[in-house]
Amino acid sequence: MLLIKCPWCGARAETEFSYGGEADIKRPEAPDKLSDKEWADYLFMRKNPRGTHRELWNHSQGCRRWFGAERNTVTYQIADIFTLSEDSG
Amino acid sequence: MRYSALSLVKNAFTHNRNWGEAWRTPDPKKHYDALIVGGGGHGLATAYYLAKEHGMRNIAVLEKNWIGGGNTGRNTTIVRSNYLWTEASLLYEKSMQLWERLSQELNYNVMFSQRGVYNLGHTLQDMRDIERRVHANRLNGIDAKVVTAEEIKESIPHINTSPDARYPILGASLQPRAGVARHDAVAWGFARAADNLGVDIIEQCEVTAINCEGGHVTAVETSRGTIHAEKIGVVVAGNASVLSSMVDLRLPIESHPLQAYVSEPLRPIIDTVIMSNAVHGYISQSDKGELVIGAGIDAYTGYGQRGSFSIIEHTMQAIIELFPIFSRVRMLRLWGGIVDVSPDACPIISKTPIDGLYFNCGWGTGGFKATPGSGWVFAHTIAKDQPHSLNKPFNLQRFETGALIDEHGAAAVAH
Amino acid sequence: MQPNRLKTGGRINRSKPLNFFFNGKAFKGYEGDTLASALLANDVKLVGRSFKLRRPRGIVGSGAEEPNSIMQVDKGAMAQPNVRATQVLLHDGLIAKSTRGWPSLRFDIGFMLDVFSSIFSAGFYYKTFMHPRPFWKYYERFIRKSAGFGKAPEHSDPETYEHRNAHCDVLVAGGGPAGLMAALTAASSGARVLLADDQTEFGGSLLNTATHVNSKPGSEWVRQTVSALSKLDNVTLLNRSTVFGYHDHNFLTIVQESDDHVRQREWRVRAKQVILSQGAFERPLVFCNNDRPGIMQASAVSTYINRYAVCPGERAIIFTNNDSAYQTALDLKRAGATVAAVVDSRKKGGGSYAAAVEQAGIPLLYGHLITNVSGQNHITKAHIAKWDGDNDAIIENSIKIPCDLIAMSGGWSAAVHLHSQAGGQNQWDHNLCSFVPGAISQQTISAGAGNGKWALEDCLQDGHDAGMSAAKRCGLQPIASEQLPAVSEIHTTPIEPLWRVPATVDPDRCPKQFLDFQNDTCVSDIRLAVREGYRNVEHVKRYTALGFGTDQGKLGNINGMAVLAETLGKPLEDVGTTTFRPPYTPVSFGACAGESVGSLYDPVRKTAMHDLHRSAGAKFENVGQWHRPWYFPKRGESLDAAVARECLKTRQSVGILDASTLGKIDVQGPDAVKFLERIYTHNVGNMSVGRCAYGIMLGEDGMVMDDGVMARIDDQHFYLTTTTGGAAAVLSWLELWLQTEWPELDVFLTSVTDHYSTIAVSGPNSMKLIEKIGCDIPLTSDQFPFMSIRNAHLNRIPVQLFRVSFSGELAFEINIDSNYAAGMWEVLIDAGQEFDITPYGTEAMHVLRAEKGFIIVGQDTDGSVTPVDLRMNWMLSKDKDFIGKRSLSRPDSLRDDRKQLVGLLSNDGKTVLLEGAQLVEDPAASIPIPMCGHVSSSYMSSCLGHPIALALVAGGHSRIGQSLYASSGEKSFVPVTITNPIFYDKKNELQNV
Repeated sequence: MLLIKCPWCGARAETEFSYGGEADIKRPEAPDKLSDKEWADYLFMRKNPRGTHRELWNHSQGCRRWFGAERNTVTYQIADIFTLSEDSG
Repeated sequence: MRYSALSLVKNAFTHNRNWGEAWRTPDPKKHYDALIVGGGGHGLATAYYLAKEHGMRNIAVLEKNWIGGGNTGRNTTIVRSNYLWTEASLLYEKSMQLWERLSQELNYNVMFSQRGVYNLGHTLQDMRDIERRVHANRLNGIDAKVVTAEEIKESIPHINTSPDARYPILGASLQPRAGVARHDAVAWGFARAADNLGVDIIEQCEVTAINCEGGHVTAVETSRGTIHAEKIGVVVAGNASVLSSMVDLRLPIESHPLQAYVSEPLRPIIDTVIMSNAVHGYISQSDKGELVIGAGIDAYTGYGQRGSFSIIEHTMQAIIELFPIFSRVRMLRLWGGIVDVSPDACPIISKTPIDGLYFNCGWGTGGFKATPGSGWVFAHTIAKDQPHSLNKPFNLQRFETGALIDEHGAAAVAH
Repeated sequence: MQPNRLKTGGRINRSKPLNFFFNGKAFKGYEGDTLASALLANDVKLVGRSFKLRRPRGIVGSGAEEPNSIMQVDKGAMAQPNVRATQVLLHDGLIAKSTRGWPSLRFDIGFMLDVFSSIFSAGFYYKTFMHPRPFWKYYERFIRKSAGFGKAPEHSDPETYEHRNAHCDVLVAGGGPAGLMAALTAASSGARVLLADDQTEFGGSLLNTATHVNSKPGSEWVRQTVSALSKLDNVTLLNRSTVFGYHDHNFLTIVQESDDHVRQREWRVRAKQVILSQGAFERPLVFCNNDRPGIMQASAVSTYINRYAVCPGERAIIFTNNDSAYQTALDLKRAGATVAAVVDSRKKGGGSYAAAVEQAGIPLLYGHLITNVSGQNHITKAHIAKWDGDNDAIIENSIKIPCDLIAMSGGWSAAVHLHSQAGGQNQWDHNLCSFVPGAISQQTISAGAGNGKWALEDCLQDGHDAGMSAAKRCGLQPIASEQLPAVSEIHTTPIEPLWRVPATVDPDRCPKQFLDFQNDTCVSDIRLAVREGYRNVEHVKRYTALGFGTDQGKLGNINGMAVLAETLGKPLEDVGTTTFRPPYTPVSFGACAGESVGSLYDPVRKTAMHDLHRSAGAKFENVGQWHRPWYFPKRGESLDAAVARECLKTRQSVGILDASTLGKIDVQGPDAVKFLERIYTHNVGNMSVGRCAYGIMLGEDGMVMDDGVMARIDDQHFYLTTTTGGAAAVLSWLELWLQTEWPELDVFLTSVTDHYSTIAVSGPNSMKLIEKIGCDIPLTSDQFPFMSIRNAHLNRIPVQLFRVSFSGELAFEINIDSNYAAGMWEVLIDAGQEFDITPYGTEAMHVLRAEKGFIIVGQDTDGSVTPVDLRMNWMLSKDKDFIGKRSLSRPDSLRDDRKQLVGLLSNDGKTVLLEGAQLVEDPAASIPIPMCGHVSSSYMSSCLGHPIALALVAGGHSRIGQSLYASSGEKSFVPVTITNPIFYDKKNELQNV
């Protein structure tokens, strides 16, 4: 069971969190301008890397805030936790 | 050497010193007509059917580690074909029919044991979904029936059908022809049979790059050198994205840990397979007596072949909810696999934008049961360079067109 | 009475004799005994049969590595299957039974399997039972008869379990000399230390051997140390507690055998640092018939003598390739046994102990081997031969020496299990002939024998150093002056590997040499596997079942891998070790499940009016975690009758429904409109304050995800409802968009699901009822039109009053502070008597809404249904983007043969269709019969006097009036006609009254 450091609440057990998948997927500005292929890419295609993965977590049983984590998908070590506002800025 | 009771007795007299190799350990050749990347059950089955059904003998299976060491050897061995959508159920039913003759076909006892599978319903909506699936199964020629809680209790005396349970069992679907098989034997049996037909099975051979020229595959780079081939079929389950990224092919796949465990061996107490989605867990008992129990996937992606223990704890709670008498039974072994989950819980068995490159992935938590069928249609797809009608719907384009085959749709939200 | 019990010594309590039964026979032991020590004290030699070949077996070990004495302990609901006698603490009245052997343990008909064992070689079952094809199930039935050891209990577990979460600076796993030293040192820094040991008493090997510390018996140092530790507030001591799992992020799980209110407790520990000091396992030696009862680990023999005052034999022979068993020879001598010989495969050995052994008059046979033994159910003789160290030699000219006990030692294997579970590497140490912990991947320090430090002096030093490092890594300063206890210095002769005793004939023909005792995996099986091409260690293990017993290979795996390495002609380290996974030793399902079983399996959510419903006789259904009233039967009334009544009364007068379980979300902020425009498909900005709208949310894939009523309370203030099951998911999903995609939007979301309760009052008399209980706002349609919301006081209680309808009738929904809800319900029921007010449940609610063609998300949709399929095109704004919109123009979304929502009527006007029934055009078609849709909702409509159904039908919108067949049974079908899905009040007049 992972130990995840919520940027607002501190380190908590994984069971307090829910997982949100790959981070950095920006919703297209004008979906209607996209081809079906481009839309499918946004909708379904994922990097799914073996190694470092930037991903979203929600402290759903705590402060309910979403944030990002950089986690190794093999060792499960979390190298970095980032808030989304500072990152998207 | 053909396997039989007679050969066992004969070899006993010579102290078992004359048994031949089940499969050879050849060095890779420079060139093959087709390569299968991934020596799991699906890959070995693909090679076998390529050789047997399509006469392709100059082919090889490349396995980065040892054959059958991925999800083939890490699942709960359930085989069934009672899927909801026609596309899925026909594919799994093809597999089921191959299973029914597999031991004889391969001359290797894969111990396919048709002890029936119950899918339990715990809510009124579960029961609606069960009726819907059972009716669809029947019209597709798949054996299926709806059974009541009383009938379940009669067949599985130790199950908790009390109406006072937190989520009482209201009924179930039953597929009598479904069951379990011996997972290792499936990999070994296909390997031996494929080897017999001339297929090279090359272990400890990791693919590090896929080479293309002019939109066509030409070769793979491996830990044992470059191997050329006109056709390359990739069937590597949880590692599909790793391979696809070598050719910049994007896949709608996420790899998740999936765990399972067995108890210490008990005297026979369950002679069927019980699955519950609502109270999440599934259970059967092996011929050795171990209770074989499957858990849910971890929410996060992971290639670590291990998941979080909290998932196991939840599964234990579910199993005790279904079988309160197992509370004092002990877990003996716990393991994890890496499952390749697709958005519609259905596989991708497809050509790709690159000529000669084929992908077979996205089986999620349900790949084992499809082993022979998956190999059979994938072999067809590779040999003919076009899908068989059975796997045509399972193409990559469906994610662009929206023609998904949503197998988890039937269990949407409750009102 | 206990022939093998020593007069003095041991840690048993002779003043507390205990009675117990083994296979129906009464025996006596003492408090402090394990079942194994008590059996040995009573000279019980035969305790089990092996799994495959049914060979007679005795106790071989003294702990978790024991493969043979697998017992069924106690009866009925208290039964414990498959426990090792070595790990069962004796209690008065304990009933133990061996688990294999038929018709009896002493005479097992299965001995035939042993006689013909060359047929039942590794993997034999893969090679036969294939013909004729249908016969596998009969073969299997026969094979299954011999499955398993113990029996599952017959009843639900009467005992309970619990989980306890703990955090500590340093977790020490294993309380032997290294672990105690480590705990003591780490604790001196003030670190929060948790020390766990699987035994009743801390001390490990110090209690098993006759070693001295500080010139006193080792047990005295243990007593002092444990006493010192127990006085420290920062130390938690857990005995009878096995650390069974080392998971990611330094999370460890411990199972504690408890003496208090629970049977077992699973500790879930997050540790900053972990010290692994779990000791080492002694390996058997591999010779012909090395599985016969009377052959034991040398260390186990010492343990039984020193800890339990039991001498398991009268005439013993030691067989070893290293020095530790020399202590056993001395222990046996001291216990009064005859030691016929120490057989040492080395040319010279024994180190400091050799002289003592010689002095004791024990013959030392260097350069000798035990090649075989005589005796079936118990050994009678050892066959001993001279050996010059050649592994391929055939040994002849054995001498036979009578004995009833062989204490063997093939060297030691560090218990690297937890280190490996934690992701650490293992490396082979040639000098020690053991894997030792290599590179680590978590905050782990191995110490003591578990770190390859066999000598007590090194163990203590290593434990001390580990304690220092762990505390320092936590940023704490241990007291460095901690004096290391003094132990007498010994010198040792190095171990010389002896993985397999060369056979008297070749290894494929000689009597079996066992590697894995429980599964009967022998040297010849490994050789066969390699011959057949199963060369990877994982293949060999799976093919031969090596290490798949309940001891998980603790006893035999290293020997097996060494024999594999030899057969392959490779060094052992190249064969590789297999990965260790939790659990370290088997752990009960109950302990893993903890307290969340039975009624605590999942919390039940109840509405504020639950008790009123219960006393009104409601039947409930599970919806998500909620218990919702399903229907309210009068005495003796069936479901159908009750629902018919509830529907009729509602449509005729007034019905009342508890709708509190609907998800409720309060949305506020300057950008609320902007946000909701992107979420909902309709134009939110057009809604004026005080108005409600039916809203649907799509997933980004364009499929209907959730629906509900949303209301504009103020300019920047909205209130949304969601489906009961979707409440949590929708809120989290909204937050996802808000926080990750549009953080610039100034909007706040609050769940008010539990804050408000919702009472729906429906039917032509609903307005009169509301008026009757006192309402401070006008209710007429001109002032309070359909689809609006008002703040009001009902019966002087502030409420949000909605003029909405899910039944198609004139209806109101009352949102009220949950504290007042039950009171309001009672007031409405009382006031409603005059209108014969009828409470109705979810079933009647479903009928009423189906009569109006309203969908239930999750029942009439399944994640593959677009709003267009539901004929909700009018709700899709053309003026804006919203989540999922783009997906609606994908080619598949535009197909006109998509499954679309329609109504269905059975042609006979009587048959209620099965929900889930499939629809076909031609029931006589050959299988697979093409299906064109399914029935999603189906009810008998008491108001209309005939059954109705909703269905999803391919191209259904353009097929109104056409006929189809609905499956109804195995081969039967019901002819049906496609209709518009609105069956009742088609012009929607009633709700607008």
